[in-house]
Amino acid sequence: MINLNQKIYGYRRENNRVGIRNHVIILPVDDISNAACEAVSNNIKGTIALPHPYGRLQFGEDLDLHFRTMIGTGSNPNVAAVVVIGIEPDWTQKIVDGIAATGKPVQGFSIEKKGDIQTIADASKAAYDMVHFATGLQREPCDLSEIWVSTKCGESDTTSGFGSNPTVGNAFDKLYEMDSTLLFGETSEITGGEHLVKARCANDAVAEKFMFMFNRYQDMIERFKTDDLSDSQPTKGNIEGGLTTIEEKALGNIQKIGKKCVVDGVLDKAEMPTGKGLWFMDSSSAAAEMVTLCAASGYVAHLFPTGQGNIIGNPILPVIKVCANPRTVRTMSEHVDVDVTGLLKRDINMDQAGDMLLESLIHTSNGRMTAAEILGHQEFVLTRLYESA
Amino acid sequence: MIQFIVHDEDDSVGVVTVEGLKANDTLSGWIMDQDVLIDIKINQDIPIGHKLAIKDLNEDDTVIKYGVDIGRTISKIAVGDHLHVHNVKTKRW
Repeated sequence: MINLNQKIYGYRRENNRVGIRNHVIILPVDDISNAACEAVSNNIKGTIALPHPYGRLQFGEDLDLHFRTMIGTGSNPNVAAVVVIGIEPDWTQKIVDGIAATGKPVQGFSIEKKGDIQTIADASKAAYDMVHFATGLQREPCDLSEIWVSTKCGESDTTSGFGSNPTVGNAFDKLYEMDSTLLFGETSEITGGEHLVKARCANDAVAEKFMFMFNRYQDMIERFKTDDLSDSQPTKGNIEGGLTTIEEKALGNIQKIGKKCVVDGVLDKAEMPTGKGLWFMDSSSAAAEMVTLCAASGYVAHLFPTGQGNIIGNPILPVIKVCANPRTVRTMSEHVDVDVTGLLKRDINMDQAGDMLLESLIHTSNGRMTAAEILGHQEFVLTRLYESA
Repeated sequence: MIQFIVHDEDDSVGVVTVEGLKANDTLSGWIMDQDVLIDIKINQDIPIGHKLAIKDLNEDDTVIKYGVDIGRTISKIAVGDHLHVHNVKTKRW
């Protein structure tokens, strides 16, 4: 039996949140600032640029989401310090101010009236100091319950529903009992099991908010669909893996919230939880989008069950892969952190599988790199709600 | 050795958990929730991860897995048949 009361070694940030990585990030406000960010990250070792294709002429709720995602990413406890670069000063400053609320070092630079070369020089000097600062920080003993843990599955198949997803569920049940802060989402992938999630909500207000988010996503699908989505959801990979309908996929997906966890609250995309417990976040079911939103919501470790072998990673949020499909483990072993194929052979039980995953979470929290980190997977994918103005 | 798994005895389907199974093979299955074993002969080759029917189903019947509705049949399906997108569709969307 694993000891969940052991201390893990993390980075305690200025706002008392605990991170398990210590990144200095170079964050573009907008698409046209990617080149400057990548140049700074090339100049200054120990930094990562997070290029993305958006941030211009967005408006309304879609713009709010952009700011939440940018500020949330910079505020994530896995990030020690942040350089923000945008084309103009106003939106740049808005993101700097949002991140500065955490107390961590953050500096903004804008390109207009200076050009790329001067901006890159100025921002590189700031990034240099930040790497000095970050690499001087020491890991210190923290409680496992201080590690916020999110989950999302990908390239699921029928073994996900039997094996890797309930393994996460078992781990979530154990973390929930310790008062951890947990998150799941993937709104469209609850279709067919929404009544089961609703029944797990802590009270009527939470259930009502969950159903609001669920129905909002269904309305969006109904508005834009051109068929029954059988070419998209389930994905081609899901179907190859034996999943037939969205309902079947959803019932497997829901195994990730275990048997005992209660849904304590509901978040919109990239919103931060305001307390402990299990949170549902309205979110895309596409892996890179969802995991990017988890990072923006402040989560520092991610449990990712896969069947057919989704290879996703994230630049700031370590993604721990767990798999129960023997063919996938045989053919793609470098992508799998935790092998629970023993479940399908009755060699191990769910409690043992959950402990194996928690052991991997503890190792990852203490600094061991995940498969996706070692292989360089840094998918940073922003969710958009509609066209730019 | 377990060759397919069923979540619950009231389900219509089981899932193949090993590779290389051929038509007319008789498979050993494990029903997880009740922890009992059953044998079923399959009528077609079924790849790992794919489903076999463990109950006879008529056209337009509801398919049950995890004790819950996962879709409707679009043709008759016999015990041991491969059950997938060619004979089952979603009831949503």
